[in-house]
Amino acid sequence: MAEHKTADPAEKTTTGRGRNEGEASASPYVRFPADEPLRLDAGRQLGPFQIAYETYGQLNADKTNAILVCHALTGDQHCASVHPVTGKPGWWERMIGPGKAVDTDRYFVICSNVLGGCLGSTGPTSIDPRTGRPFALDLPVLTIRDMVRAQARLIDHLGIETLFSVIGGSMGGMQVLQWASSYPDRVFSAIPIASGARHTSQNIAFHEVGRQAVMADPDWRQGNYLEAGTRPSKGLAVARMAAHITYLSEAALHRKFGRELQNRSALTFGFDADFQIESYLRHQGMTFVDRFDANSYLYMTRAMDYFDLAADHAGSLARAFHGTKTRFCIVSFTSDWLFPTAESRAVVHALNAAGASVSFVEVETDKGHDAFLLDEPEMLATIAGFLRSAARARDLGG
Amino acid sequence: MSVNSARRIDFELIADLVCDGARVLDIGCGDGALLQLLEERRHVDGRGIEISQAGVNACVARGLSVIQGDADHDLIYYPDRCFDYVILSQTIQATSNPKHVLKELLRIGRHAIVSFPNFGYWRVRLGLLFGGRMPVTKDLPHSWYDTPNIHFCTCTDFAALAQELGARVEEAQVLDAEGERMGVPLPRPLWNLFGQQAIFLLSSDAPVASENAAS
Repeated sequence: MAEHKTADPAEKTTTGRGRNEGEASASPYVRFPADEPLRLDAGRQLGPFQIAYETYGQLNADKTNAILVCHALTGDQHCASVHPVTGKPGWWERMIGPGKAVDTDRYFVICSNVLGGCLGSTGPTSIDPRTGRPFALDLPVLTIRDMVRAQARLIDHLGIETLFSVIGGSMGGMQVLQWASSYPDRVFSAIPIASGARHTSQNIAFHEVGRQAVMADPDWRQGNYLEAGTRPSKGLAVARMAAHITYLSEAALHRKFGRELQNRSALTFGFDADFQIESYLRHQGMTFVDRFDANSYLYMTRAMDYFDLAADHAGSLARAFHGTKTRFCIVSFTSDWLFPTAESRAVVHALNAAGASVSFVEVETDKGHDAFLLDEPEMLATIAGFLRSAARARDLGG
Repeated sequence: MSVNSARRIDFELIADLVCDGARVLDIGCGDGALLQLLEERRHVDGRGIEISQAGVNACVARGLSVIQGDADHDLIYYPDRCFDYVILSQTIQATSNPKHVLKELLRIGRHAIVSFPNFGYWRVRLGLLFGGRMPVTKDLPHSWYDTPNIHFCTCTDFAALAQELGARVEEAQVLDAEGERMGVPLPRPLWNLFGQQAIFLLSSDAPVASENAAS
C-alpha cells in the first residue's frame, strides 16, 4: 500500500502500485511532484498529481511498439484485465490481447486512468494536499487536452518518444484526436472510433441531464458527500440510466427487449419495473454506482462538453492537423446517434484538407454507439489490417 | 464496374501515365488493386475514395489509405492542387454530375486521369441501330433500369467536355473489346468507333474554381 504524499518542493517523481488516490485500484501509478505541476486549460496548475495505468505485452528495445489505449467516459485502465471492483473481464478484451487486432504479442499496450477519473489517477476523490480533504469540486474543471497532457507525462516517464498508435472510442476517440493534434510527432498512427472533434449540442444536453440528476440527489451535499459519509447513488444511477439509452439504438433495444414484461404475465398498473427494459436500465444504474464516483462523472462529462478541436484552431479543424504525418484510421457506426457518422466524416474531410493519410470506415450495425465495445467483425478486421500496414511502415514487421 | 480485375490493361496504362513518387488520389478505388499497383510500381503516395464498405475494408486491410465516400460529394473537401494525379477509373459514367466531378478533378489534381467505357464503340452503335434497345454487352451488363451507369459518353463527348473546362488532353488511349491495346495503330478519328474503353490524361494550367470552398 502506497502512502499519501503531501506537497514537498523537493519531492521527486515517485512510482508505486496499489491504493493511493483510488480506493480499489491496484494498478501501478506514477506520481509527479508539486514542483512539476500540470498546466491546466482552466488556467491553474495541478500538482502533485498521479496517473494510474496498466500495461500489456512487452516494450521492444527501440521503444517503438507502444500503443496507448484511451478509455471512454466511464472506462478505466483495465481494458484487458479483470476489473478490481466488478470482477468482470477488461472492457476491450475483444480488441486487445494475444493474436487480437491490438496484438499484445507484438505491441506494448498502455492504458491509463484519465485525469479526473476515479480509479487511481488524480480526480475529485483524491486528497487535496492543501487541505488534507478530498478535492471534490475544488478540483479545477478538466479538459480532454488536460487528460492528454497528463498522459504525455506518463509516456515521457516510460521513456517512450513516439507512440506507434493511439486508439480509443467515444471520449477515448476525442483523446486520440487531441493527441494527434497536440503531439503530431509523437503519434505514428491514430485510431479514433465512434467519436468526433467536438461534442454536439444534443450530447451536451444529455450530459446536463445526467449532472442535474446527480446534483439533485440530497446525498450529493454540494459535492462534499465523501466527507459527509453519504453517496449520491440515486442521482448517479439516474444519470447512468439516461446516458445508457444514448449508447444503444432503438432497433437494438427493441430487438433485445421489445415490450417484454419482467417476471410477470400482465401489467401491474403500478410503477414497478413492469417492462424488461426498465429492469435492465435500473440494473445498469445500480451496478454503475458501485464502480464510479459521482463527482468524477461530473468532471468527465464536462471535459467532453468542452471539447471542440476546431474552436482551438480558429474554427478550422483542418488547421488542427496541419502538416501532420500521422496515419489515421477512423471508424464510425451506422446506428450511432450519439456520435453519428457525420461527426467522423467532418474529421475525415478536415484531414483530407490537411493532406493527411486517412482511412475511414463506416461499419453497418444496429448496436448504436456501444458497438465499438462489442464484437463487430468489420471493425476488428479494419483495425487489424490498418495496424498491420502501419507496422510495416514503422519497420515493426508486417 | 464489371471489368475483369485479374489483369487489367487499363491499370497498366494508367501506371504508365503516372510519374514516380507522385501524390495520387484514386476515386472509386474498389478493392485497391490500382492503388497497390501504383504504390508498388510507381512508389506513389496514394489515397483512395470508395463507396462500398467491403471495398474500403479490403483497401485498409491492404494498408492503403482509403475513405468511404463518393466522387459527387467528397471532392469539395480537398484543397486545390493537393495531388499530382487524380484518377477516376471506370467511374465517371456512374456519377450524378460528371461535369462537376471533372471540374473538381482538375482543381485538386495537377493532372486528371479518367477512364470510361466508350459509348461510341461500334458494337454499342450497332446494338442500338439494329436492336433498337439500350445496349447490354459483356462490359456493360446492366439493363437500362438497374444500371449504375447513368451518364454514358463517347470519346468525342468527353474530349468536348474537357475542352469546355479548359483542360488539355495530354494523352488519350483506347482499348479494344478484349481490354487490350489496339493491335494496329488507329488514327484518332477512328478511336471513337473502335475503342471499347478510353483513357484520358488531362491537365489544366490554373485550378478551376470550385463551386464550394473547401473547409
